[in-house]
Amino acid sequence: MSDSNSTASAKPMIDIVDLHKTFGEHRVLTGINLTVPAGSTCVILGGSGSGKTVLMKHMIGLLKPDSGQVIIDGEDIVPVGVEELQRVRRKFGMVFQAAALFDSMTVYENVAFPLREHTRLPEEQIREKVRAKLDLMGLKREAEQKFPADLSGGMRKRVGLARAIVLDPKVVLYDEPTTGLDPITTDYVDEMILAAQRELGVTSVVISHDIASAFNVADQIAFLSKGVIVEHGPPEQLRASEHPAVKVFLQTWFGKN
Amino acid sequence: MSIDTPSKPQRGPSILVQSVEGVGQGLIGFVSNIGGVMSLLVDVVRWSLRRPLRLQNLFAQLDFVGVGSIFIVALTGLFTGMVFAFQSSTAFELFDAESLVGPTVALTLTRELAPVFSALMITMRAGSAMCTELGTMRVTEQVDALETMAVNPVQYLLVPRIQAGLFMTPALTMLFNTAGMGGAYVVSVVVKGISAGTFISRTRQWMDPMDVWEGIIKGAIFGLSVALICCYKGYNASGGAKGVGQATTEAMVSSALSIFILDFIVGVLMH
Repeated sequence: MSDSNSTASAKPMIDIVDLHKTFGEHRVLTGINLTVPAGSTCVILGGSGSGKTVLMKHMIGLLKPDSGQVIIDGEDIVPVGVEELQRVRRKFGMVFQAAALFDSMTVYENVAFPLREHTRLPEEQIREKVRAKLDLMGLKREAEQKFPADLSGGMRKRVGLARAIVLDPKVVLYDEPTTGLDPITTDYVDEMILAAQRELGVTSVVISHDIASAFNVADQIAFLSKGVIVEHGPPEQLRASEHPAVKVFLQTWFGKN
Repeated sequence: MSIDTPSKPQRGPSILVQSVEGVGQGLIGFVSNIGGVMSLLVDVVRWSLRRPLRLQNLFAQLDFVGVGSIFIVALTGLFTGMVFAFQSSTAFELFDAESLVGPTVALTLTRELAPVFSALMITMRAGSAMCTELGTMRVTEQVDALETMAVNPVQYLLVPRIQAGLFMTPALTMLFNTAGMGGAYVVSVVVKGISAGTFISRTRQWMDPMDVWEGIIKGAIFGLSVALICCYKGYNASGGAKGVGQATTEAMVSSALSIFILDFIVGVLMH
């Protein structure tokens, strides 16, 4: 098992150095530099098509960059092979935009899946761990035997997060966790992200275009525009930014003054 | 030139150019599909040799592809044998050669009809389900989710499905043979009044175990091809529900074509 519950330090968990990625003619990432300290929550904010999802996929090795380094927990994952990448990925949990639960499995089986794949725990211990994570996410016992199709959007997100954290990962990645949710559920999801960080001490990376949610959960916000990070720092630093792209984006929420 | 003068209509490429382009595009698509399927085959072989073996997934797929297709394949086999016996006995009656009904049906079934029809039925029943299920998993990011959980999707999802196609199609081909010969026997002996002794002895006289083997080998090749194509199309689907629908249509057409093309190639190679 990982030692993710150790206290947070300033050591970088994710360090991205001069990352470039082009799809055909389209230059998506043009020199990304980003450091996320262990135990902190970093929100990558940006409009649609700014390259947020592509950046996140590089962090977990789903995409290989054209050039640059992706250093996870002190190890550059760009040159490593498939087998090694499997090992690196066990440090991660990922929450997908539409939860991406396996619809042929019940809620319980979904959350138990990573445990069954990567540990040899007996069924009682698996049950204990699954229930602990479901409890943390505020899911009741009767939800356990339901299939994802029978759940509401918010509940699916919670199950998705329970599944992402069941192996006690070091890093949890959230892909637009509040997109398409009503304001109350959005608040609840924010609370969930904070709870996961507080209770488990994980490093969180959230990609989002939801400004309110970003300011709620972030220790630091990185603003992505046209394939580069134009501003990076605590929320108040972003709020005071003079960069035109950041100003225009934030005005949509905070108003022109 | 006044504004009202109708300008000469812009002429697109001629029909000849368009049709040549169409054929070219089709050919490029065909070749790139073959390349994709072949590289998937290499991946599947590689991942099927690695641990964990995922026997549970394999048995689930063997059950779905094989056991689940028993009824439909047996029924198709029964009616194919019955129709074939009926038509051939009507023809053979004209020159008093009814004794050849048994061997004719048996040879055609074992060598050709059983593997081809079984594979077609498996394509329709199991191949379509494989393609839509994998396609839906792809577009709803379930495949990505597997990957982020450090589970190889080729090993977890594709290997068991393709092995099931490879193992179960020959088995269902044998079932087709049995049901088909049963149907042929009933029609020949009960309906057409050919003596049971003649039917059986003539069939045994003309048949060779190699004929049955030919059908089984064909079944394995077709099953592998169909499962590979359906998995390839579903696994690489993109573009939401429409994309999954399109992938399934392409998978069905390509699978059926592959059966007929491979039938010819294998048939020629084996004789």
